[in-house]
Amino acid sequence: MTFLTHLINGISLGSIYAIIALGYTMVYGIAKMLNFAHGDVIMIGCYAVFMSMSSLALPPAVSVVLAIVVCTVLGIVIEKVAYKPLRKASPLAVLITAIGVSYLLQNIALLLFGADSKSFQSIVAFPPLKLAGGNLIIPSVTIVTVILCIVIVAALLTFIKKTKAGQAMLAVSEDKEAAQLMGVNVNGTISLTFAIGSGLAAVAGVLLCSAYPTLTPYTGSMPGIKAFTAAVFGGIGSIWGAFVGGILLGVIEILGRAYISSQLSDAIVFAVLILVLLVKPTGIFGKPIHEKV
Amino acid sequence: MKKVVSVLLTAALAVSMLAGCGSEEKKDALYIGGIGPTTGGTAIYGTAVKNGAQIAVDEINAAGGISGYQIEYKFEDDQNDAEKAVNAYNTLKDWGMQILMGTVTTLPCVGVVDKTGADNMFQVTPSASSTDVIKGDNVFQICFTDPNQGTKSAEYIGENNLAKKVAIIYDSSDVYSSGIEEKFVEEAENQGLEIVSAEAFTADSKTDFSTQLRKAQDAGAELVFLPIYYQESSIILTQADAMGFDPIFFSCDGMDGILTMENFDTSLAEGVMLLTPFAADAEDEATKKFVSTYKEKYGDTPNQFAADAYDAVYTIKEAIEQAVADGAEITPKTASSDICDALKTAMTKINVSGLTGGEDGLKWAETGEVNKEPKAVKIENGVYVGM
Amino acid sequence: MKKIDLTNMKKTTKDHLVTYGMVLVVYVIVQIMLASGSLSSLMQGLLVPLTIYSVVAVGLNLCVGYLGELSLGHAGFMCVGAFSSAFFTKCMEHTGMNESVRFLLAIVIGTLVAALFGFLIGIPVLRLRGDYLAIVTLAFGEIIKNVMNVLYVGRDGSGFHFSIKDSASLNMAEDGEMIINGAKGITGTPHQSTFTIGVILILVSLFVVFNLVNSRSGRAIMAIRDNRIAAESVGINITKFKLLGFTISAAIAGAGGVLYAHNLSTLTALPANFGYNMSIMILVFVVLGGMGSFRGSIISAVLLTMLPEVLRGLSDYRMLIYAVVLIAMMLFNWAPKAIEWRERHSIRDRLRNRKTKEVR
Repeated sequence: MTFLTHLINGISLGSIYAIIALGYTMVYGIAKMLNFAHGDVIMIGCYAVFMSMSSLALPPAVSVVLAIVVCTVLGIVIEKVAYKPLRKASPLAVLITAIGVSYLLQNIALLLFGADSKSFQSIVAFPPLKLAGGNLIIPSVTIVTVILCIVIVAALLTFIKKTKAGQAMLAVSEDKEAAQLMGVNVNGTISLTFAIGSGLAAVAGVLLCSAYPTLTPYTGSMPGIKAFTAAVFGGIGSIWGAFVGGILLGVIEILGRAYISSQLSDAIVFAVLILVLLVKPTGIFGKPIHEKV
Repeated sequence: MKKVVSVLLTAALAVSMLAGCGSEEKKDALYIGGIGPTTGGTAIYGTAVKNGAQIAVDEINAAGGISGYQIEYKFEDDQNDAEKAVNAYNTLKDWGMQILMGTVTTLPCVGVVDKTGADNMFQVTPSASSTDVIKGDNVFQICFTDPNQGTKSAEYIGENNLAKKVAIIYDSSDVYSSGIEEKFVEEAENQGLEIVSAEAFTADSKTDFSTQLRKAQDAGAELVFLPIYYQESSIILTQADAMGFDPIFFSCDGMDGILTMENFDTSLAEGVMLLTPFAADAEDEATKKFVSTYKEKYGDTPNQFAADAYDAVYTIKEAIEQAVADGAEITPKTASSDICDALKTAMTKINVSGLTGGEDGLKWAETGEVNKEPKAVKIENGVYVGM
Repeated sequence: MKKIDLTNMKKTTKDHLVTYGMVLVVYVIVQIMLASGSLSSLMQGLLVPLTIYSVVAVGLNLCVGYLGELSLGHAGFMCVGAFSSAFFTKCMEHTGMNESVRFLLAIVIGTLVAALFGFLIGIPVLRLRGDYLAIVTLAFGEIIKNVMNVLYVGRDGSGFHFSIKDSASLNMAEDGEMIINGAKGITGTPHQSTFTIGVILILVSLFVVFNLVNSRSGRAIMAIRDNRIAAESVGINITKFKLLGFTISAAIAGAGGVLYAHNLSTLTALPANFGYNMSIMILVFVVLGGMGSFRGSIISAVLLTMLPEVLRGLSDYRMLIYAVVLIAMMLFNWAPKAIEWRERHSIRDRLRNRKTKEVR
């Protein structure tokens, strides 16, 4: 029973990592850049929900929609201002710019909302599920998180397969120039990807803060890095990879902490990551790199 | 163009470099500097200290200053990093600092005490709690030392028979937390307490505590000791509630702030016990005044860091007045080293009735360690109740 | 044909001399300012950190600029260098060993241990490509930091005691002395890093990297960077040369770590000083200074380390401004449009045009 509890906690944490990782992986697939600011977009999403619920007294559902709008707009603006001018520059230059954007968002939040941490009221308000005579308690937010995660993955996969915009994304991620020649609006597609990724960040933020209710300007950075690890774990650029990688990472982190050492849980996560990449150098679902001469 | 920009930047920096020197202008106030993190993950503590000290400075200045001199107060950011703290210290020295009130966090403080020791600069730290901080004879603490808190906590639990089976959740990457944990475990043995689980977390994984809680629950812990800050504690209390785990939670001064955390459901903290020198809802006049001023100026309820800083400034004031009464000359023109020599002896003579001193006030030994009694309080109906 | 080669050689040699010269000139200027007392305390305190970051940036530039591999774990090598050297210094503190000799040995030990880690980590890591390599180096850096935080080492009459749990489980005798104390790290390391030693280390690391990149091995390394398959096809041993570059790069970062450890009296493995944040900060120095340009790395390490200190006057806004400056600099240096604009408005071109006009 104890093992089951740990496993469920791991899946819950993993689902959040997975949703964040989806944002990373989509942007990477299209723009071939590591968007280090993604974690901080999550944080902005949390603050948006927090402010609209506590200051404007809006109902949770409206607040979440508002947060998604805020993050989507933010994502598009960041892309336009900071990343688009560097589209043809070295990937490292874009990486550093993304780090700059990350610092910027953190410090804006610090100035606007202050350094003290806020307690986040869970937006999932129904009681926990009790199984096995109260020995196994599954918090409601866990159930919501896992279901939402699966829904999002399914929706994204359908979107990419069935819609024109989704096909355009696929085309751009395969070959930008060729896609352009075939009449795909490359800039528009990239903006759309950033919009979707940032919208997902808002959802992830709400779930993150509902499950682990503190909010500071630095809330997003560590989950961001872990989710990035998860995306690489699963094979960056692959939606399935982000999903599986996220869940696995969460489960490994929790089980490692429970059964090996709570002090070394980070080291364990990273050690497993290294082992996986050594066996499969492009992650679990990553396509092997074909080198051309 | 690229080169021109670089050259211009270098030139600008060179100028600012030079600008720092030769600041021998006429001063007519006592220069007190403060150092602490006002950006980065620990910004909340630095900001609290900055603001708490500002209130004390404003009060003192409005009441005529220290032995006739106004205080000039400046606070520098160290981002909770030892190297940045040394930079901040040097910046303040360039500014003309005579006395240092800082630093807020322990590790940067260990880096800075070395420099203040070499410069013979008088230093009062409001909240750096490790024993490494007070190695030099020029440094005095306002807060308890970590070992002291660990020992006292275990003693209190043992003597009052609160529980026999104790679990600990602590931050192994934090000096404050691991310092308390170490001494707590030592003393727990003397008190006949059984440590049934001691689980850690780190700065990089402090979002989820379900595993640590589950282990404590499975081990049958009657009491969970939390030598950590209230931000993490708030998650622990929420998660424990969600999993139906209801032991006694016992904590140290880091827990102070939980009741005033924005949006926190205080019913979760019901029954939590803590050892703390300061309670924002205490009924005495001084605390009431401080809390209302702080709320008015900064919009938040002050935590113990702000109170420690407030006491630190008043401690400096009393020490200076004692030194002046003993015949030392302390003016805006006195060199920091001379001030330090005078204040070192004055510190052991004074008794400051601060916000965090309780009934007996704050007194210091020559080592720099403060002598004050921690108060044990229990949270009942959303307020601290003395035990 | 021979002639062209000769002029090429001269150009690179000249370029190297300019870099050495730059470091020496700055050193002399600073010494003069120190002697005349016209250097602010802040600047005096910053001198050693500036050399630390310059050294590490030079090391990382070798990895990123010449090896073409993005490493996000160089802070880990710094960490290893710092802890191993501080450990040595602490152990030898009461043996009465000559302090300069001890520090020299500490530098050698820190560098060698970091090189060893670079070598061991490099064997598996360098099989990976691009971003996967980046994330694995990041992972190693984080593991090193995490392990350092739970490492307890003490010494008593009967020898050394190790533990990765807590100090109590060391079971030391009464006279035991903690050397590495978990999260508290190592305290009380003597201050032995000076500006002069820092500058010497910069010059030594420059000497090492310049000689490497201009050697046969260096050309092999660059060939691998530019086209791995072509390099392999002409018989270059990919693993060997990559490993060589990576190990030297790690060793230089370790030397920076030694300086770091002996500059402050507290040494701990925190996210701020040895986490991925630090690795990224050093990467920023390298990218902003220009990949492959060691001189650029040093200049940007110095400027960017000083920037937040100089901005202290802005108090609450300083880190915000720092972020804005960082983004602006990246856009200015790298955006194709900005490059075009710069070329059109280049002052050097204008001067040249004016000269040609005058001639007319």
